[in-house]
Amino acid sequence: MASQTIGAPLKRREDQRFITGKGRYLDDIKMSGMTYMAILRSPYAHAKIRSIDTSAAAAMPGVVAVFTGSQIPYNPLPMAWPAGGSAGLQNNVNTPRALATEDVKWTGEGVAAVVAETPEQAQDALDHIHVDWQPLPAVVDAEAATKEGAPQLHENAPNNVVFDWTVGDLEGTDAALADAETVIRQRLVNQRLIPNSIETRGDVGWYNPGTDEYTIWMSSQTPHIQRLLIAAFVMGIPEHKIRCISPDIGGAFGSRIYCYADFILVLHASKAIGGRPVKWVESRREGYHSTVHGRDHISYLEVGATKDGVVTGLKVKTYANLGGRLSTIGPGIPTTLYGRLLSGPYTIPNVHVEVIGVYTNTTFVDAYRGAGRPEATYVLERAMDLVADELGIDPVEVRRRNFLPPDSFPYTNPSGLFTASGGAEVAIDSGDYEPAMDKALAIAGYKDIAARKAEASKRGKLLGVGLSTYLEMCGVAPSKWIGAVGDGWGAAMWESANIRVHLTGKVVLTIGTQPQGQGHETTYSQILASELGLDVEDVIVQHSDTQGTPFGYGTYGSRSASVGGMAAVKAAEKIRAKAAAYAAHMLEASPDDIEVDGANYSVKGSPDKVKTFQEISFAIGLGFSLPDGMEPYLDETAYYDTPNCTWPFGTHIAIVEVDEATGEVDLVRFIAVDDCGNKINPMIVEGQIHGGLAQGIGQALWEGAVYDDQGQLLSGSMLDYALPKASRLPTFELDETVTPSPVNSLGVKGIGEAGTIGSTPAVVNAVVDALSGYGIRHLDMPLTSQRVWRAMQSVKGGLA
Amino acid sequence: MIPAAFSYQRPATVDEALRAIAADPDAKVLAGGHSLLPLLKLRLARTDALIDIGRLPELKGLRYAADGSASMGALTTYAELIEATKLDFVREGLLQAADVQVRNRATVGGAVAHADPASDLPAMLIALDASIVLRSAIEERVVAATDFFQGPFETALRPDELVIEIRRPALPEGAGGAYMKLAQPASGYAMVGVCAIVARVAGRIEHARVALTGVSGAAYRATAVEEGLRGSDGSAEAIAGAAAEATVNRSVNSDIHADREYRTAMAEVYTRRAIEAALARAT
Repeated sequence: MASQTIGAPLKRREDQRFITGKGRYLDDIKMSGMTYMAILRSPYAHAKIRSIDTSAAAAMPGVVAVFTGSQIPYNPLPMAWPAGGSAGLQNNVNTPRALATEDVKWTGEGVAAVVAETPEQAQDALDHIHVDWQPLPAVVDAEAATKEGAPQLHENAPNNVVFDWTVGDLEGTDAALADAETVIRQRLVNQRLIPNSIETRGDVGWYNPGTDEYTIWMSSQTPHIQRLLIAAFVMGIPEHKIRCISPDIGGAFGSRIYCYADFILVLHASKAIGGRPVKWVESRREGYHSTVHGRDHISYLEVGATKDGVVTGLKVKTYANLGGRLSTIGPGIPTTLYGRLLSGPYTIPNVHVEVIGVYTNTTFVDAYRGAGRPEATYVLERAMDLVADELGIDPVEVRRRNFLPPDSFPYTNPSGLFTASGGAEVAIDSGDYEPAMDKALAIAGYKDIAARKAEASKRGKLLGVGLSTYLEMCGVAPSKWIGAVGDGWGAAMWESANIRVHLTGKVVLTIGTQPQGQGHETTYSQILASELGLDVEDVIVQHSDTQGTPFGYGTYGSRSASVGGMAAVKAAEKIRAKAAAYAAHMLEASPDDIEVDGANYSVKGSPDKVKTFQEISFAIGLGFSLPDGMEPYLDETAYYDTPNCTWPFGTHIAIVEVDEATGEVDLVRFIAVDDCGNKINPMIVEGQIHGGLAQGIGQALWEGAVYDDQGQLLSGSMLDYALPKASRLPTFELDETVTPSPVNSLGVKGIGEAGTIGSTPAVVNAVVDALSGYGIRHLDMPLTSQRVWRAMQSVKGGLA
Repeated sequence: MIPAAFSYQRPATVDEALRAIAADPDAKVLAGGHSLLPLLKLRLARTDALIDIGRLPELKGLRYAADGSASMGALTTYAELIEATKLDFVREGLLQAADVQVRNRATVGGAVAHADPASDLPAMLIALDASIVLRSAIEERVVAATDFFQGPFETALRPDELVIEIRRPALPEGAGGAYMKLAQPASGYAMVGVCAIVARVAGRIEHARVALTGVSGAAYRATAVEEGLRGSDGSAEAIAGAAAEATVNRSVNSDIHADREYRTAMAEVYTRRAIEAALARAT
C-alpha cells in the first residue's frame, strides 16, 4: 500500500483514457437537437461598425438564428482583478461584450453570430453577413500607445493608459542607485506569446425552458468562478440557476481561466431559439485572435551594485500590453504577480517597480503559464548577468553573493513588495538556493566550460552557458492578501474538498480545482490513500461540475497541490476523527484510546481490538447503532485558506552553440535542478517540468506574436508562429533538492509553472554568453537565427 | 476549418481525368491533398469542383533504367520516394520536408503542381536536370524543371493539363550531391534550401548544378554559381567565390522570419555549404 501513497511515481490513471482516445472533450458532447454556432470576427484591428446586414445570412439554408451585439442585452464581461494598490480601482475599464456593438478594438473581436443546423451551414452563412466598416488607425506597441499622437482606443483612458501602478520603495531605491558603485541600464522586451493548447476552446450552452435553468459545458479552468461571473456580473441570472461543467480539457496554460464572450453567446442563443443546445468550437486560426495572449512587456531596468557584484538597488519600469479590451484578470498579472516578485531569491534591499498597463489594438492579454513570474524572473536573471558582465565577475559568483542565506526565512523584502495595500503580507517560506545551484553546475561540468568553448570554436561554433536561479511563487493565495479590497481580485482564494465515504469504504473526492492535464485524479487519490490508509483504486476524484462539487477557485498559479491538496487533507482529517470516534463506539473504548494506523483503528495496547476503515464506513453508514449526537456516514467537507504562498526555486542551466555564419542557435544541453518541496507523484512532477521547459525554451528561441502596424496578426497560425518541437530539444537533465514548505502539512510547493519560469532566461543568458566575444550583452527574444546573425553583423560593421 | 461546398468526382483513369479537367478548367485537382485541403478548409482557396486523381494506378510507381536515369509517377508519395531513391541527398532532403504524416500522403506531382516557392523538391528537381511530363486530353509535352517553376504557385502547367510523371537523367560519373536547408522555425519550409550536384574530372569540377528554393518567387537554377564552379579546383576560395553569386539577378523574398538581407546572406552560406558537402561526396 505504501508504494501507492504520497511520493510514489504512479502512472497517471487518466492517461489510459487520454491516450486511447476515450477522453470526453467538449466537442465529443452530442445532444439531441444540437445546433451549431459560428462567430463573425473583425478583420480590422480598429474600426467603427457603421451597420451590419444579416438578412442574407438569415435566409441561408439551415440557419436558425443570427445575432448581432445590439440584440444582446447583457452587461459587458467582468474585469475581476484591478491593479489596485497605488493605482486605485480603475474607472477606465473596458471589457468585451458578447458581441461588439459600436466598434472593434482588435482583429478577431466578435461582431455577429450564426446558429445553424450544422457547423457547415453556420460557417457558410457567415460569408453572407455584410458589415459596413469604418477603419481607424491602430496601435499595437504598448510603449508607443502611451505617446502623444497615438491612436486613442477608449475615451475613458487618455493615452491608452489603463493604470499606473507602483510597488516598493522609490526613495530608497533612487538613493541606492545614486550611491551605487556601478549602475547598469537595459531595455528588455518580453514578447507576446500565443497559448496553443492541443484542444481549442469551445462551449455547449443549453437553456432548459421546463425549469428555467441554464447549463453550460465549457473548456474552462474555473467553472465555479464562471458560474458566478456569468450569473451575477453579466447575465443577471440567479447563481443557482446556472450549472457549469468542464469536461476533459486538452491543455489550457492559463488561457481558460477567463470569462469569454462565447459563454454568453451560447447561453443567450439557446434561450432565444427555444432551448435547443448550441455548440461552438473555436478553430485554431480563430483561437489565435479570440483566446487570450500572454506576456508582452517592455521594461526599462536599472540595477545598481557594488564593485563586488552585490546588488544594492533595482528599479524597473514596465509597459504591460493588455490588448484592446481587458480580460478577466488582465491587470492583476503584470502587477501583483510580476511587480511583487522582482526581488527573486536575492537580498536586494531596495526595489521599486512601476507598471503601466496599456490598451492597444491587439488580442487581450492575461495569465499564461507562469503569469507575471516568468516576466519578473527574466528581468532579474538578465540583471544578474548584466551585473556580472559589467564587473567581470562570474555570473555564478554574482548569484552566490546575492542569494538570501538559508537562515533568512520566512523572508519579506524590506521594500514592501510582499505587502498588500491593506497590510496583509506574504513571506518567502523556505529556501536553500546554493545547493540547487551547485548541483546544477556539477551536472553541467561548469568548471570545464572553458575547454568546451575552445573545442566548439574549432568546429566554428560559439559555445555559451547560461544560468537562471529562479524563485517562483505558487499556491495562490491567502485570501486576505490576494483579495484585499482595492488590491486584489476582489475574491477569496481558498479551496474546497468534499469526501463521500460509501458504505463499502470506497471514497469519492469532489474538489473545486479543475485539471487540464495535470493528473489531479492520480495525485489527489495518492493524498487520500495516504491520509485514510486506502488503496488508490478505492478513491475516485471528481471535479469540474458546479452541481455536486463544492465551490472552488480552480486550477492555475500552481495552486492545486498546496491549496486544493490541503483542502483534501483537512477533509480527510475530519473523517479520520469521526471514524476514530465511531471505532471507539464499536470497540467500547474511549475515543482517546483509539490508535489509527492506515485503515486500522485499534484500541491502544490491544492491537487485536481493531476495526478497519471499511468496517467503520459500513456500520456508521447504516447507522443502526450510533453514539448520542453522531450523524450517520463519514462524509465531510473542508475549506482551506492557505496562510501563505509557497516558493519553489531552482537553477536551470542552458548550454548552446551558435553558428557564427548563420546565427542559428542549437540548444545542446539543458539542466534543471528544481526544488518544489515534497513531491506527491515524482513522475507527474517530472512531466510538468518537461512541458514547462519546452514552453520556456520556446519563448527564448522561437515563439512570438508579430503584428503589423495596422494590427494584423502576421503570426496568425502555426505556419508562422513557431512552437517548440520535440525534435529541436535536447534530452532534459533533471535533478532536485528538497526543501519542504513549512506552509502546509504536505510540505509541497508547486511545480506546474517552474519550468516555464526558470528556463527562458537561462537560454537567453547562454546565447548572450556565446556572443560575449562580440561585446553583445543583451538580445531581445525570440533569439531567431536572423536576430542573432544581425547582432553579430552589426558589431562587425558588416551591415548598414 | 470547414471548406465552402464543392462538387467531387473521382475519375477511374487518366483519360477520364483529363476529360473532366478539359470540361471544367476552374476545377481543382486533388492528389495527396496536403496543400490544397488546408487552403480550402481555411477558405483561403475556393473551388466549385474537386477532381480527385489520388487513386489512379497509372500515375504510381518508380522506374529505374539501366542507364541510371529514373522516372516516377506523379502520385508517388514523398515517403515512397524516400524509400526507393538511390540518391542519398534526395532522401536526406525529403526527410527534412514536413513530417511523417504529411510525407505519407503528399505526392511529388502535387508538390510540383502546387509550386510553393519554399518547397524542397523543386530545388532537387532543377539540380537533377529533371523534366516534368504534362498531358492534356489533346497532347503530351515534356517541360524541363528549370522552366516549369515560374513564380509563387505559378508553373508551366496549363489548366487542362495533369502532371503525369517526373523524369531525371543519370548523374555524371562520380557525382556527389547535397541538399541543405535553413528551415523556417514554424512551418519547416525552406527559408533557404540549396541543392548542389557536382562531379570532378581530373581534379577539376566538370559538372555543377546548383538550385535554390525559398529564396525567390520560385525555385531557380543558380547558373552564375555553376559557372563559377565549372573548371575550378573546388578549393574553399573557389567555392566561396561561386557561392557569392547565389542570388545574383534574383529578387529575394522578405518576410517576418527572414528579411531580404538575411535571406541573401544565408543563400550564400548555404550554397557554399551545399557545394562543399556535395564535393565531399564526389569521387
